[in-house]
Amino acid sequence: MPDPSVTVNGQVAPLSGVPAHTTALDWLRGRGLVGAKEGCAEGECGACSVLVARPGTTTPTRWTALNACLVPVLALDGQEVVTAEGLGTPADLHPVQREMAVRGGSQCGYCTPGFVCSMAAEFYRPGRGDAAPVDVVGTTEHPHEQGPNGFDLHALSGNLCRCTGYRPIRDAAYALDAPAHGDLLAARQAAPAPAPRATRTDAFVRPADLAAALQLLGERPDAVVVAGSTDWGVEVNLRGVRAPLVVAVDRLAELRGVSVTDEVVEIGAAVTLSEIAARLDGAVPLLDLLLPQFASVLIRNGATLGGNLGTGSPIGDTAPGLLALGASLVLVSSDGEREVALADYFTGYRRSVRTAGELIRAVRIPQPQPGLVGFTKIAKRRFDDISSVAVAFGLDVVDGVVAAARIGLGGVAATPIRALATEQALVGRPWPDVAAAADVLGGEGTPLDDHRASAAYRAAMLRQSLLKFAAENEVPA
Amino acid sequence: MSALSQRPAGAVVGTAVPHEAAALHVTGLALYTDDLVGRTKDVLHAWPVQVMHAHARVTALRTDPALAVPGVVRVLTGADVPGVNDAGVKHDEPLFPDEVMFYGHAVCWVLGETLEAARLGAEAVEVEVEPLPALVTVREAIEAEAFQGGQPRLERGDVEQALTASAHVFSGEIEFAGQEHFYLETHCALALVDENGQVFVQSSTQHPSETQEIVAHVLGLTSSEVTVQCLRMGGGFGGKEMQPHGLAAIAALGARLTGRPVRLRLNRSQDITMTGKRHGFHARWQVGFDDEGRLTALDATLTSDGGWSLDLSEPVLARALCHIDNAYWIPAVRVNGRIARTNKTSQTAFRGFGGPQGMLVIEDILGRCAPTLGIDPHELRRRNFYAVGQETPYGQPVRQADRLLRTWDQVLDTGDFAARTAEVAAFNAGSLHVKRALAITPVKFGISFNFTAFNQGGALVHVYKDGSVLITHGGTEMGQGLHTKMLQVAATALGVPLSRVRLAPTRTDKVPNTSATAASSGADLNGGAVKNACEQILARLSQVAAEQLHVPAADVRFSGGVVRGLAPGGPTVPWEDVVRLAYFSRVQLWAAGYYRTEGLHWDSAAMRGEPFKYFAHGVAAAEVEVDGFTGAYRVRRVDIVHDVGDSLSPLVDIGQVEGGFVQGVGWLTLEDLRWEDREGPNRGRISTQSASTYKLPSFSEMPEDFRVSLLESAHEEGAVFGSKAVGEPPLMLAFSVREALRQAAAAFGPAGTAVDLASPATPEAVFWAVEAARSGEGAHLRDGGEQPPQPTGPPIRPTSERVLSES
Repeated sequence: MPDPSVTVNGQVAPLSGVPAHTTALDWLRGRGLVGAKEGCAEGECGACSVLVARPGTTTPTRWTALNACLVPVLALDGQEVVTAEGLGTPADLHPVQREMAVRGGSQCGYCTPGFVCSMAAEFYRPGRGDAAPVDVVGTTEHPHEQGPNGFDLHALSGNLCRCTGYRPIRDAAYALDAPAHGDLLAARQAAPAPAPRATRTDAFVRPADLAAALQLLGERPDAVVVAGSTDWGVEVNLRGVRAPLVVAVDRLAELRGVSVTDEVVEIGAAVTLSEIAARLDGAVPLLDLLLPQFASVLIRNGATLGGNLGTGSPIGDTAPGLLALGASLVLVSSDGEREVALADYFTGYRRSVRTAGELIRAVRIPQPQPGLVGFTKIAKRRFDDISSVAVAFGLDVVDGVVAAARIGLGGVAATPIRALATEQALVGRPWPDVAAAADVLGGEGTPLDDHRASAAYRAAMLRQSLLKFAAENEVPA
Repeated sequence: MSALSQRPAGAVVGTAVPHEAAALHVTGLALYTDDLVGRTKDVLHAWPVQVMHAHARVTALRTDPALAVPGVVRVLTGADVPGVNDAGVKHDEPLFPDEVMFYGHAVCWVLGETLEAARLGAEAVEVEVEPLPALVTVREAIEAEAFQGGQPRLERGDVEQALTASAHVFSGEIEFAGQEHFYLETHCALALVDENGQVFVQSSTQHPSETQEIVAHVLGLTSSEVTVQCLRMGGGFGGKEMQPHGLAAIAALGARLTGRPVRLRLNRSQDITMTGKRHGFHARWQVGFDDEGRLTALDATLTSDGGWSLDLSEPVLARALCHIDNAYWIPAVRVNGRIARTNKTSQTAFRGFGGPQGMLVIEDILGRCAPTLGIDPHELRRRNFYAVGQETPYGQPVRQADRLLRTWDQVLDTGDFAARTAEVAAFNAGSLHVKRALAITPVKFGISFNFTAFNQGGALVHVYKDGSVLITHGGTEMGQGLHTKMLQVAATALGVPLSRVRLAPTRTDKVPNTSATAASSGADLNGGAVKNACEQILARLSQVAAEQLHVPAADVRFSGGVVRGLAPGGPTVPWEDVVRLAYFSRVQLWAAGYYRTEGLHWDSAAMRGEPFKYFAHGVAAAEVEVDGFTGAYRVRRVDIVHDVGDSLSPLVDIGQVEGGFVQGVGWLTLEDLRWEDREGPNRGRISTQSASTYKLPSFSEMPEDFRVSLLESAHEEGAVFGSKAVGEPPLMLAFSVREALRQAAAAFGPAGTAVDLASPATPEAVFWAVEAARSGEGAHLRDGGEQPPQPTGPPIRPTSERVLSES
């Protein structure tokens, strides 16, 4: 096994002796690459954004923007990273850098290198300029979020700027041409992505395959399993948590499959949310509504279903959607596999039926899916916020009557829950006559009073979400 | 046209140039204070020991366990302070406190070989405390009569009589939230000690001279023994005006005691829990209108939430009182102000510095009363504008009242206000669940420090033998483009191309006794000083060139890097040749420039005078759409015309207008600063202390259609090259969004519905306003109503008096 190393801006740098909790951001800054900044240390501001060469969906490699503050640098063993410093120099600016500079896209400049990296990732998105504009939110009412050059503004949803008010940054993004012929980073996307490399240090291990991972987890119940590290990175940075052993599973081939059959859609637990959206290609309409509202592109580029369900958070946004789809989880250990309905998976606040030696291998969504789906996320901010309430609907309406209903709720209990009483109140009722069921929904769960929302507002939003869903889908497709 | 404001032909000011450091920003090469750590050898890292009680007495502090942690070098406590144990200048802010005054107050600091060692060391320090009763909300403080500082009163005319004579009298109450600065770069200092024991502190500070003063008094040194440098800041917004000093002093103390460089950088949650914010306010008021909706009288009492110490609360309050009129003529006025003392962070300067809080009160009054008066809100506002010749309540003539009207009319015109108002009405008539509204609001904002002595600036301009120019000035760069403007001012004043001029970082050993880069005054003060220095040099060079050109010195002109006489087609000499010749003629090629703003006076006890050189104006019209199911909303379109005088740097100025506006929208709609006020162990804790819980505007809050222009033909006599200040005023244009949200919520009710709107107007707040409108609840206005409380505390003591009595 070679010593861990990472290629940064074209140069190989050793990672030997680096502690497991060292983030890519701190490591880069320690090497003098101080362009990436720490603004929040929890993946909310994007000032630390860098480009990483990852497997692509339509090209072998895709330059993918990630929050360097969340990723342990050892997780980048064998990979290729480009920072703002690597994109261009003051004498020879990268097109993204030039547009940002001349249009007033930087004021204090602190968030700028991060914006430049996120913007460069979208600049290099294969086919960006080809297709007719498609708004990834799945709505047509926000055409301003798509540039005439195909630039999807959501690519910048995880980057915060406190100075500019964003307009010049948007103008810079929308002014970008296609990458020039001979652009080395564009050409790099045509070659294979760096292969996963098994990594082993005292406290950080990337097993070579699933069997090795399961064996290790069986031996080390104290190990922390990470994929994109979008949750674990926050624990490390903000709460000072240190793990005796970190096991990275995000590159395990056995966890990265996506398949669609007439019976089931199966999504590997370590497929990133960005990859899911691209690889499913519309096969799960509810996820197309949900995923664009999940955090930001920077987070979705790292976050996985396995992680979102594995942490067991009651406000993770994927669980309500998957509950509405009747999904189940495939849990695997060295003793074999078992399938657990998601509705039976959560047992308490951040607790589940998963044992220490088990991994989530995949999520299964039964076919056919509900004919009428919806997802309402209540938050203060439209992009990149945490839900105060999330409601997902999966209904079948036959001859104007609700034949079946599943409703998943987040943020109203210690775990994500099904709104069973509401489902019962809906089934057999004419659609869209939901007033009574909406009242029932308003009483589901035990919403909290906290800084995100009052309990009264949460309860009101449960009720309103059904009224809104019905009003917007009076005639089901 | 004054000599100060006169702009030569071919001026470099007025051209749209990118930020001077843009190429460094975009390539990640621009350095901020914390980026210097890797370039500095043997740095120690500092970590605070925060005590998690809102109010408590420290009964025991045991630092030995920290010293047992590997890598911990030293723990700094109050016993280590050789000078004055105070982070401020008012002796009410102990740097190492014996009494914990707010949740998260740091009582000592641990220095470690690594940040990890310092953090673990801080965890090991043992602190015992005796909890004390705490006041967390401004209402609790009012109830307990816990106030600090002066209680100014601003008064004109007989308010009681005017109210009695008014056709309509209403009274009401509002409490509104403060705001976290959330500069992307948190507070940071890096201190070094040289072979003579002199201290060099690199600090992310808007006020290097005050950082220097406080480092000196903490260390028991003279100011001449301390140098402070600020390369640039990753945002300031007022949060780095007073707050960096104590942190720089900790780093400097550590460096003095260990002999090693010390770096102190707060992480985000430390920054939010330890440093001051925009003041939230409580206000009670009684207002009178005549039959035509003209304001007749206003009686208001504003109570700001000052936090645990005074900091800048007094001048912030004074500015709030001076801006309660915004753009409106109010014949009889009585405004009382007081500062609550609460167990919170010590609230401080934030873009607008009390002005936004004062204006919110009057804009809220107009927005709430308009439906009850039966007058369209935009008409009510317009009807109350100042006319030329009228004076503010504190006695300053409103000289450019016509300019505000011109700005207003331009927005009505270019924003197609009348037609779009009709479109909105038609849309609402056909839409049950979604409503829109269009609102327009004005801004009139006074420019200059209320504290007259701060209205001075300094600069140093060097011309080298090769003709290249290096400027330094007393202002700091926090993204507002001050350095860009100063380069343009120097190039214009010297008549050389912009590329000829470079700028060196702000340091207290280059330009001393500087004022804070604050109050939007950076370009006025430092631009005046840079221009003055350049003119001194040109006066000398003119003599040299006159001999070469055989023209009188008074006829020599410098432009575009060429020196010539007045006659067209006459001989010319390149700038570089004149400079070289001057050197060999033993002519001094550098100068210290100085500027003081003329014509200001202010009596802070009487709250009267002319504290402002001029007013900046702006008008914004905002259209919003509200979802009646959830209260969620979008800003569909914003039209702004803003008065920056004759712009020094249009790209920079437009950036300030847009950025200030969006930051104001954040304060008024999204940014929800919450303190836990329920009883229990978390009482006093900020529950929104991270980026995941405290939400800044992101791309989703940017107006979908955002049209900003600068008022044309807006020459300002009283400022450098005819320009006006721009940093703060645009923030208050955001009232247009708040008022549009109010109107959209009201549109869910019957015609003429008045609604209250909480601030910030989060989707939840808007939802409750929509529910109130639907239920016909109406705004909480008391007809006739009651007089607000009339405090009787002492006036604000003039700073000069305090300083002189102490020295």
